[in-house]
Amino acid sequence: MAAVFHEEAGRLTAALVKRLGNFDLAEECVQDALVAALEHWPRSGIPDNPGAWLMTTAHRKGIDRLRRETRYRDKVAQLEEPPMTQASSMPDERLELIFTCCHPALAREAQLALTLRSVAGLTTAEIARAFLQSEATVAQRLVRAKRKIVDAKIPFRVPEGHELPDRVSEVLAVLYLMFNEGYLATGSRGATDRDLASEAEWLTSLLARLMPDEPEVLGLLALMRFNLARADARFDEGGEIVLLRDQDRSKWDRSVIEDTLLLVGRFLRMRGPGPYQLQALIAGAHADAKSWDTTRWPEILRSYDALVALGDTPVVRLNRAIALWHVDGPAVALAEVDTLAGALDSYHLYHATRAELLRALGRAADARTADERALERTENPAERALLTKRLARRPR
Amino acid sequence: MPKYMLMFVGRDDWYDKQSKEELANAYKPIMAWWDDLTKTGVIKGGEELGPQRTATSVRRVNGSMKVTDGPFIESKETVGGFALIEVEDLDKAIAIAKSWPGGDVEVRPIVEHGA
Repeated sequence: MAAVFHEEAGRLTAALVKRLGNFDLAEECVQDALVAALEHWPRSGIPDNPGAWLMTTAHRKGIDRLRRETRYRDKVAQLEEPPMTQASSMPDERLELIFTCCHPALAREAQLALTLRSVAGLTTAEIARAFLQSEATVAQRLVRAKRKIVDAKIPFRVPEGHELPDRVSEVLAVLYLMFNEGYLATGSRGATDRDLASEAEWLTSLLARLMPDEPEVLGLLALMRFNLARADARFDEGGEIVLLRDQDRSKWDRSVIEDTLLLVGRFLRMRGPGPYQLQALIAGAHADAKSWDTTRWPEILRSYDALVALGDTPVVRLNRAIALWHVDGPAVALAEVDTLAGALDSYHLYHATRAELLRALGRAADARTADERALERTENPAERALLTKRLARRPR
Repeated sequence: MPKYMLMFVGRDDWYDKQSKEELANAYKPIMAWWDDLTKTGVIKGGEELGPQRTATSVRRVNGSMKVTDGPFIESKETVGGFALIEVEDLDKAIAIAKSWPGGDVEVRPIVEHGA
């Protein structure tokens, strides 16, 4: 039933937003329909066509609401046309919904909350827990975003032609941020909460179904799946970070990795390279390696070079330096990292990376100083634990 | 169809740094843009504004109107002109704003009363 709700909540919201031009009303009707399903389905069983059942119910609830509330009276006519009852002919307007929720005229936080609420069907409370924010904050953010959509007339449509690439990038940026928000969080959330990383993966796979010919969508999906396949190995029993090099690779989900490698083949054949595909190639090369030592570093370095060519940022260069270390040695990598000092001094991973390289070069005292700097610059408890342990292990 | 106000944002001091010829060249694409969109009926009106040093603020202070020299908020970036456009939705308005050959643009919907 949860899977049906996941799939149908966004479909229903999309269809109703399209008809009513009103997010609030659409969401209320969808909520009513889902509550009705929770009451009826356990007794009478899930209907043959759950989507149509929910759509009919949402319509009926919508008409009830409209009749009660004068502010919506002009909308009754739009709902009184009978809804389509064949699932096959029920239009899927979730792509329009995704592009509306991720419209660049909305603030990033609003895009995230709105996409989770409307497309993935999370409740305001669930979104609040996922972002460790108060429900009131999230509720207000949603209200403001929906008000802007109405007042500024953000259209409910899939952008066309020359607009499309930028708008797809915007959607992917929202989903990528959502994924990282979930993936980097470290068990501080309740086990029963729907987690953002798998929610982002679900949304991206939905996007890939709706836009099967966009290589960057597949690239982001592959990137997420490679990371999720390794998720269980990232922390030990005590909740401490285990670095990629030290991870127990038997804990990786081989079947997910194999399937995702096929996905990589699909986007490579499309020949439309982009940053998410390159990051997926890097993640894939790690996922496919039997051990840290047999990792195909030259291939990873080539992907980083291509990534730098697309957008030369200090953080990309820092990550590239790790690959450079394994191809050309720690001295070359350290020289490269040192050129980033000005741009990345406040970034803890800059100092942590320097520490690694200095240790590889046998400069223990310098490495220690760099680790101390890294520790001063991160609040993340798991990262702090790792750095503290590393500092404690070595004598002064 | 919805209306939007495009507010063209720029720096007053930019004008002072241009020669007469440079200024004339800078205005050419702007004039062409304006003529095009006026002919196609997108632009319903609009003007260029004098710089901030020509502004006068009229404020209500304790029930009476007080007149002072200068804009409400002094800033380097300021609205230097505006166009009232009529298009289908925000995406169209953003597309028009992106085609503006000058500097930055703020897009605001016009509030329709009793629509």
